[in-house]
This record gives sequence, C-alpha cells and structure tokens, in this order.
Amino acid sequence: MGMTITEKILAAHSGQREVRPGMLINAKIDIALGNDITAPIAISEFRKAGGGKVFDPDRVVLVPDHFTPNKDIDAARQCAQIREFAREQKLRHYYEGGEIGIEHALLPEQGVVVPGDLVIGADSHTCTYGALGAFATGVGSTDLAAAMMTGQSWFKVPESIKVIFRGSLRRWVSGKDLILNLIGRIGVDGALYRALEFTGETVRALGMADRLTIANMVIEAGAKNGIFAPDEITLEYIRGRAEREIRIYRSDSDAAYCDEIEIDAGGIEPQVAFPHLPSNVRGISEVGEIRIDQVLIGSCTNGRIEDLRTAAGILKGRKAAHGLRLIIVPATPLIYRQAMEEGLLRTFLEANAVISPPSCGACLGGHLGVLAEGERAVSTTNRNFVGRMGHTGSEVYLAGPAVAAASAVSGRIAGPEELRRKE
Amino acid sequence: MKFKGRIWKFGDHIDTDAIIPARYLTTSDPQALAAHCMEDADPEFPKKVRKGDIIVAGVNFGCGSSREHAPIAIKAAGVSCVVARSFARIFYRNAFNMGLPIFESPELRDRIAEGEEIEIDGDAGTIRIPGDPAVLKIQPIPPFMQELLDDGGLMAHIKKRLKAKG
Repeated sequence: MGMTITEKILAAHSGQREVRPGMLINAKIDIALGNDITAPIAISEFRKAGGGKVFDPDRVVLVPDHFTPNKDIDAARQCAQIREFAREQKLRHYYEGGEIGIEHALLPEQGVVVPGDLVIGADSHTCTYGALGAFATGVGSTDLAAAMMTGQSWFKVPESIKVIFRGSLRRWVSGKDLILNLIGRIGVDGALYRALEFTGETVRALGMADRLTIANMVIEAGAKNGIFAPDEITLEYIRGRAEREIRIYRSDSDAAYCDEIEIDAGGIEPQVAFPHLPSNVRGISEVGEIRIDQVLIGSCTNGRIEDLRTAAGILKGRKAAHGLRLIIVPATPLIYRQAMEEGLLRTFLEANAVISPPSCGACLGGHLGVLAEGERAVSTTNRNFVGRMGHTGSEVYLAGPAVAAASAVSGRIAGPEELRRKE
Repeated sequence: MKFKGRIWKFGDHIDTDAIIPARYLTTSDPQALAAHCMEDADPEFPKKVRKGDIIVAGVNFGCGSSREHAPIAIKAAGVSCVVARSFARIFYRNAFNMGLPIFESPELRDRIAEGEEIEIDGDAGTIRIPGDPAVLKIQPIPPFMQELLDDGGLMAHIKKRLKAKG
C-alpha cells in the first residue's frame, strides 16, 4: 500500500522506507522555530539541560513577533533574552526591529522553509508551512528546547483526512472562506491528531497566499498538520526564495485515508465565524445586523500582499465608518514595502485606517488594538475564543479580508456585494 | 501514580487563552502565571484552587495556542492532574513533556459535581468517586508517554538517553 505525502516526509526524516499511522518515530528537524513568548522558556530549558551549542545555527529560527515593538518592560526583557541567545549561538535567522515580520508569513516569504521540510515551531500556527508541501506542526517550548539540542523530535505518525474542494470560487470568496467552511463542518476537534490533506481542482487553482491561509487554520480543527502537494504554483513561488534544496513529495494513488471530505466550493459564500469558536460559522447572507467597533486586517492568516490588495480594492475611495477603528497589519517588512509601492498604504490612510507595524500583538489581545468590554471586532485572524483580543466581554468575528474591509466601511458585518448595492 | 482531590469542573474546548490569557505572557515565572490560572474561564479560580485539586473537563481541553505557560500555570496553581474527555494535541504533548499528569475519561465529567472528591489510580487506570460504586476506567497512558513521565519530562528523558549513548 502507498503512503500519503505526510507519511513520506515523516519516513524520509526518520530514515525509514515506510511509516504507518500510529507509529512513534524520532525524526530529524529541518527548521525549529520560536518566538518572543515561547522561546524564553525553551532557552531556559536548553540551558538547564546543559545545552551548549544548538544543533545547527542555520536551522534554529527565532522571530520576536508577538509583543514587539516591545509592549512593556517585561516584554522587552523577554526579547532581550532571545537577542542574547541568538548572538551567543550565532543564529542565522534572528530578526530585529525593521526586519521582523509575523513568523508564518516571514519564513515562507524568505525561503527559510521549503517543500519537503520537517518543521516544528513553538507556535501553534506553524502548520502554515504545509501549504508549501512541508510537514509542519506546532509544539511547546520544551519540545523546541529538545530539538535545539538534538536536532530531532518525536512524533506519532498521524492518520490523514483527504479534503477535496471542487468547483470554482464565487467572487470575493478566498482561502479563508474555504477553511472556515471546513472547520464549520467538522468542528474545532474534527481533525484532532490528524493530518488534513487538501486537494481537488479548486485547490489546484489557488495561489500560495490562499493555500497558506488554509494551512494556517488547520490547528483550529485540532489537526496536527495541513498539507498541499507541491505543484507549478508552489514551484513558481519558491523560485528565487528557497535557501536550501527542495524535495517534492506527493501522495501515492493507493495511500490510505481515515476519512474523505468532499466540498462543493462553488456553493460557498463569504464566511463569518461567530464568537467564541472558529467552528461557529455562518454564510454572510445569514449574519444579520451586527454593529462593530473595530476591524483588523492582517496576521499570519491574512496579512499577505494579496489580502491587502483585496482590502484596498474595497476601501479605495471609501472611509471606515465613523467611530470604527480600522487597523491594517502588513505581515512582513517586504509586504509593507510592496503595499507602499502599490499605493495601498495611501488607500488605507485615506480610509482613516491605522497602519500597524508587523506584529502578532492585536490578534492575541496583547497590544496594538486590544478590545474593551462589550466591544465587537471583525478580524481576519484565526481565533475568536473568549477574551482572545481583549476583555472577556468582547467579541471577535472571523472573516476574510473582503468581508473585513466591507464591514469597516459599513460599521456592521457586511459583504462587499452589499456595499456595492447600497451605493 | 495516585491522586486524591477535590474537583473543579469545566466545559468543552477550554482553550489556552482561557487557561492563561496572552496578556500575562510577558513572563514565564510559574507563580506569576498561577495567579491567573483559568482566569478567563472562571475569574475566581486562582483564589479558590488548593494544592492537590483536580481539573475535570470535557472534550478538546487545551486547544488553541501552543503556549506551555498553560500546563505550567495549572501545575504551579497546585492542581495535581487534569482529567478530560479528550485533549488538544499540543497541550497533551506539552503536559507530558513538562510533567503534568493528565488522564482521558469519557464518563467522569458527567458523574460528578463541582467540589466532590475523586481518587485516581494512574497505575491501575481507575477513577473512584466516593459514594459511587462504579469504577471508571481511564485510557491507558501510551508506553512512551509513561516513560517521559517516569523520567521526569522530556528534557530529563533526553539527558538520560544522551548519557546512555555516552
């Protein structure tokens, strides 16, 4: 019997010809990632265990992106810890000041992660890199510490669920709507411990930005990893970026799946996940009248240039509703620069938006856009748990950049079509 | 591994933002984190919890962020172990890696009330509720995870392995 792409990558990294779901393996790590929240614990565990040098200074990546620009003295201290460690270990991939981007947008963009890689990151959205045809999964700080020491990590080979999207997308429907729709169908633990493998003609037509968005949110269904087989679009994206040799894996035609989910993507309208779970999904036509106080467009889910272009296309010549705070977070310095060169930043400023530096801050209620009690936000981020973006009495509605931009103009949750009809 | 303690009940999908909100993640000091443990699920919890207490929850406990601050906060708050219907995978991994005992029981949550005492025998794989004749089975801990617990967590396990290799 054949293997899935996930099984092939795990087999190749554990020196075995074949692995099967349920097997416990020790695998070599291509990239081990940490941020300013998770790396301090990993560094302290690494030191406590007598770790001298990291296994490879080119493969340990530290991105202080959560509470930067430093939000307070404690956050500054955590960043200082990372900085000191990165210097001492001569890490090649450590980012500072204006080099910092949101990790899961930055690593693919800079070619740090490539197809065929096995990546662990002490951040749950590490699963984003599955869009490139890599096995990538979130772990905790102790796992990161162990990987920094040994260059290896333990895994239970997951079963795979095949998700097939068919049909062509309606206007304004993006990768965000596909993944929200899937999570709405299977629930926040619908893929617990499993791999979600995406395929079908809809997926093959998607650009990398949409694939990255989809892979980013598989953790919101409990999945261990999400994965797309590399194709021409992947190779085109990786060209000129990859800093290491790439390895292309594809699932065998007789690979085994524990489940198969087929979705008519052509029937999907823009989606909104209501508080307080990403699975609490409705179509835009079923939302009703919901007034909002803030709109956030950005994050590792939807802060790429394609997302900003979509938002700017809707915001051009319009303004954020009076009394509403519109916050735009370009995910990396390169995206920021592109947005500037393409005139998107001017559109945002003219729409009365605040343009934030690349940071995870607002997404997790850290800083740069925290919600007060009773406030509601539409956000292109990935989580809407109780208190996620601020007070426990605030509410987060997750959507793609098109709905977020249209909602900013309307002052309530709205789709772009509605905006056009009204004007 | 035996535990006896008063239980605190929580629902399904308790996420790590509820276990330890991100606004407190500017520190990894266990006691500082314990002071806010479960705060966004029950604001009174940090005041009410006593050493040896047990958290009992529904499905997908610990979903969301990979922050190890979550099991650290629970352990430092004095909670001896967590019993849930199921655990989110990163939390599950983190708990074993840093030595917080966790158990899966499909039935416990529905059979007990807040504040009741239970007895867990991790080795026998059983839970007893005083006054309830039933003996509840817990899912056996996989051998590798048991090895991690016995060694005192992942780092201790790795040190042991590296030493054995010479």
